[in-house]
Amino acid sequence: MAYSDKVIDHYTNPRNVGTLDKSSHKVGTGLVGAPECGDVMRLQIQVDDNNIITDAKFKTFGCGSAIASSSLATEWLKGKSVDDAMKIDNMDIVEELALPPVKIHCSVLAEDAIKAAINDFRVKNGMEPIELEKSHH
Amino acid sequence: MNIPIYLDNNATTPMDPRVLEAMVPYFTQKFGNAASRNHAFGWVAEEGVDYAREQVAKLIGASEKEIIFTSGATESDNLAIKGVFEMYKEKGNHIITAVTEHKAVLDACKHVEKLGGKVTYLPVKEDGLVDLAQLEAAMTPQTILVSIMYGNNEIGVIQPVKEIAAIAHKHGALFMTDATQAVGKIPVDVNADGIDLLALSAHKMYGPKGVGALYVRRKGPRVKVTAQMDGGGHERGMRSGTLNVPGIVGLGKACEIAGQEMESEAIRLSALRDKLQDALTVLEESYVNGNVEHRLPHVANISFKYVEGEGLMMAMKDLAVSSGSACTSASLEPSYVLKSLGLSDDLAHSSIRFGLGRFTTEEEVDYAVEVTKKAVTHLRELSPLWEMFKEGIDLNSIEWAEH
Repeated sequence: MAYSDKVIDHYTNPRNVGTLDKSSHKVGTGLVGAPECGDVMRLQIQVDDNNIITDAKFKTFGCGSAIASSSLATEWLKGKSVDDAMKIDNMDIVEELALPPVKIHCSVLAEDAIKAAINDFRVKNGMEPIELEKSHH
Repeated sequence: MNIPIYLDNNATTPMDPRVLEAMVPYFTQKFGNAASRNHAFGWVAEEGVDYAREQVAKLIGASEKEIIFTSGATESDNLAIKGVFEMYKEKGNHIITAVTEHKAVLDACKHVEKLGGKVTYLPVKEDGLVDLAQLEAAMTPQTILVSIMYGNNEIGVIQPVKEIAAIAHKHGALFMTDATQAVGKIPVDVNADGIDLLALSAHKMYGPKGVGALYVRRKGPRVKVTAQMDGGGHERGMRSGTLNVPGIVGLGKACEIAGQEMESEAIRLSALRDKLQDALTVLEESYVNGNVEHRLPHVANISFKYVEGEGLMMAMKDLAVSSGSACTSASLEPSYVLKSLGLSDDLAHSSIRFGLGRFTTEEEVDYAVEVTKKAVTHLRELSPLWEMFKEGIDLNSIEWAEH
């Protein structure tokens, strides 16, 4: 299967690889997927007092599309408000990276990771977690 | 050195130019139908087929009358299993095979089950070998066939076929082996090994695709299979269809070359393979899958923990290798062969099969080592699992969201 140029670009030069201090109350961490399934994503956001995401980092165990999806997600997250970040849809990632149908689950995982990171941040700061609809991979 | 480097010789092999040379006249000048008995075109084609039959037989210690040409090992496996099941149904309906067999064997067995047959799928030990005591225990008076592969396509382990054959025979069953990966790579002798039926393929030993053979024992005992392809009664009635003369000639030539060269090739390839394996297992948390003593000389299957195979292959794009990870399939199921060894799913997802071949050079192996090391290191830098491992976090203590 051939990967799109954008996937190859994100895979070869992944943006925002790294780790934020998960104990900080300004950092939200989402860890989704499972090693058994061949995909684990960890996505972290750093949020300022105005609810703007100032930094985002990821690490991903998975195929090229999973790595590219999470790399792209961190790029999109930076500078967005938390509310806008909530609106990122996996199909936007599919479209941007031209993922084939068998790789759609990678984008779903990235969306889940974003939402898990936001909820972690909310809970840390005394807010209710947002009810998420259960996605099927 | 040409990039990309081909290290997937268990999937298929490039054709040896000497094989191609032998085949060429049979496409144009010697194009006759080997079944045409009344003119020279037919005789010439038949001569080519007869000679090839001898070449194939010689490589496995058989007689030329015991070779049935087919379209490949998948057809040979199907013909052997379904054909024995039909032919010996008066005698019994039980077949024994193993969980690590090729899909051609497993799916032919599933077909037999639909027809009312009973099939036992033996588990394998951690090293990929069949447990002889378990085989013995599975034998019943109804058992007509034991089908165990010679060398495994994913991990290269060589089964104790001689011992397996002895157990099958002791209980009055036939012994069949899918020897697709072994013939032409290591010595295989149907008499010394006690093999009653054997499947082989040309394209795994530097011959053309689309041609293979089934060895069917003629003496002690005389084995018969019911044809699965009806028609003109070719191949002693066991496989109808106009013979693929150029392909068959190519298979014969490939067998002849393998017979002459495999001994020195096995020494050369196992040295290169060991060099590759030793250099890669220097990496932390890397493991060789399957028994390393009873193994085909040209294969190494290695798991690099905390990186995912498909992602890894993408970083190794200059190398053509195979992964036990099947992230592209809807099920996300990793290799059933690796799982059968008791490997956890994450280790199975992290595996790469390196398959060396006749045209692999030391320079290519050295390059492959460098590329692989760099790729593993790069992906581990991206891997949250690697970071957790380095921090001493037990990954089993984490509640993963199964998806």
